Amino acid sequence: MKYQLESKEVMSMTENALLSATNVKTSFRIGDDYYAAVDGVTLTVNNNEVVAIVGESGSGKSALAFSILGLHDRFKTNLEGEIYLNGTDLTSVSTGKLNQIRGKDIGMIFQDPLTALNPLKTIGDQIVETLNLHTKLTAKEKYERSIHLLKEVGIPRAENVHQQFPHELSGGMRQRVVIAIAIACDPALLIADEPTTALDATIQSQILDLLNELKEEKDAGIILITHDLGVVAEMADRVAVMYAGQIVELADVFSLFRNPLHPYTRSLLSSVPSVKDEKEMLHVIEGVVPSLPKMPRQGCRFKDRIPWMEDNVHEEHPELREVENGHYVRCTCYKHFYFPEEEEELAHVDTNY
Amino acid sequence: MWKFIIRRIIIMFPQLVLLSVIVFILAQMMPGDALTGMALDPDMDPAQLEAMREDLGLNDPWYIQYFSWLGGVLQGDFGQSVAHALPVSDLIWVRLVNTFWLSLMSLFFVYILALPLGLISGRWNDTIADRIITGYTYIGFAAPLFIFALIMLFVFGFQLGWFPTGGSVEANTGGGLAYFWSKVYHLILPSLSLALIGTVTTVQYLRSEVIETKQKEFILTARAKGVPEQKVYTGHVFRNSLLPIAAVFGYEIAALISGSVFVERIFSYPGMGQLFLESIQIRDFSVVTALVLLFGVAAIIGALLSDIILSIVDPRIRIK
Ligand SMILES: Nc1ncnc2c1ncn2[C@@H]1O[C@H](COP(=O)(O)OP(=O)(O)O)[C@@H](O)[C@H]1O
Ligand SMILES: [Mg+2]
Repeated sequence: MKYQLESKEVMSMTENALLSATNVKTSFRIGDDYYAAVDGVTLTVNNNEVVAIVGESGSGKSALAFSILGLHDRFKTNLEGEIYLNGTDLTSVSTGKLNQIRGKDIGMIFQDPLTALNPLKTIGDQIVETLNLHTKLTAKEKYERSIHLLKEVGIPRAENVHQQFPHELSGGMRQRVVIAIAIACDPALLIADEPTTALDATIQSQILDLLNELKEEKDAGIILITHDLGVVAEMADRVAVMYAGQIVELADVFSLFRNPLHPYTRSLLSSVPSVKDEKEMLHVIEGVVPSLPKMPRQGCRFKDRIPWMEDNVHEEHPELREVENGHYVRCTCYKHFYFPEEEEELAHVDTNY
Repeated sequence: MWKFIIRRIIIMFPQLVLLSVIVFILAQMMPGDALTGMALDPDMDPAQLEAMREDLGLNDPWYIQYFSWLGGVLQGDFGQSVAHALPVSDLIWVRLVNTFWLSLMSLFFVYILALPLGLISGRWNDTIADRIITGYTYIGFAAPLFIFALIMLFVFGFQLGWFPTGGSVEANTGGGLAYFWSKVYHLILPSLSLALIGTVTTVQYLRSEVIETKQKEFILTARAKGVPEQKVYTGHVFRNSLLPIAAVFGYEIAALISGSVFVERIFSYPGMGQLFLESIQIRDFSVVTALVLLFGVAAIIGALLSDIILSIVDPRIRIK
């Protein structure tokens, strides 16, 4: 069941990328006005590649993921830009065609496994539903395939679980079921929106291992949304750092961790819990992502959170620029950035030696 | 599921006992006693009267009286009706059957109306259709049942003459099918009046359930699987929204029975409600007491029914 090109459209600008999103702008209606939660995102995902999207809560990661699948409420959302999946523009296909793509070519894994499954349907029914929609298998084949899927995601006693209801399973098991549903039709693209945030640490690494295996085996492209840099380091090939609806830095995972450029990336990286003391968070830049109506739309959006930087280090119209091969960063402020307590910190390190 | 149902039935017993105690106290507080119900010679010797009281156990301590009363009730003996000079049970039985049919018919109309209205207005909330439906539910809330029933009676009974204006069946319809249809014909207007007002709570409840359910994350999961919009509703939203509705089904029965008190009165429908009002007016207290007890039992059984239905439709309860 390999993915096959169904559209004869020319893959003009999309080159060989599996997914190619260009200038995606997703605006929500609040009151009488539309506010962009995703504001001009351009991103590609290749086969057998994990692209991580990181950023604090509210930076527009889910809004972007939902835009790819067209899951936003049409009446309250305005979607601009192009999103090509293997040559088909998802933003302009018919609803019927989109429903054929959802679940078959794109699988989605949601954050909270406790709410992501229908409480009144058995696990088996929920997997078979996807097979009903996208395959022509017989009832028996569907049953066998769903058992196979349950085993594939590491669920013991699959035949039993098949007949159980979601509330009878633990959170980790339910997330495995959610993944089984997402991969039921061998999708070319898997979108995982914070798949482990709701789970505890051991379960978390099991689920990540599972995703890794799937990537290798199925040659799928994966968009992994997270705010956990540990997860990024473990999983990602490339990383897009999102802030206030925009990508502020984009690089392969090694460059990003070795040479983070944007002040936001650097602050995220330095606020990883320190090894010595898990509670201690270093260099946390104060503040949160502003709400949509309050979001600055002019100049550098991160400016307000680094007030000790002079105004003139920021660009007037910051753009994402390639500064090294494959390493993109937005705004010029990164060249001048320093943490306010940096000198103090260095002195501290000295005494430790 | 069976465990749950059995446990639920066991819980019902203390409820019934409590109800019987309350009704018993109520009966004691009402003027008159068992002797009042028998048409006795007013000039009877007080000593003889006292002997009869002793005989009937009316001078016993209250708990002995309670148990002998309860024993009677369990055998269907509710005492004598003063006004009708009949055993209360004979008086009530016919009325009980009539009210049962009225409630059943009303229940039928309540759901026939509530399901489509609630589902439509929940699925397409804030559209014109939804505004009209919600507007109707507001009117239904605001309009007193007895005034609405009067208007229905006036318009469809007297002005248009489409339906009979009273009774539960045509006087000499013989038997069989003609009798059945005559019964149904007499039921339509009162039950429809009851249902048109009674359904609005269910409509609103269902509407808000649908609106809440369609925002749940498993609905997103369904959409992300590629489930077409229509099937998202029929396969996922509706079933999950109907669940709480099923849960209030039994309470709905209790509500309908109390609503029938007014409606039966207005449509001169010979049911328990009408009997209840009549008996209060003519101070036929033994009948009132028996009816209060029956209404109470109906409410308790309604609640039981609700929980049993819920345990059948909701797997989360089924398991426990
Ligand atoms: N359906 C919606 N309607 C209005 N605002 C929304 C909606 N969904 C998300 N938002 C807003 O868009 C911003 C980005 O949200 P989201 O994409 O969920 O962030 P993230 O997933 O990165 O935490 C937030 O300010 C959020 O409040
Ligand atoms: Mg999110």
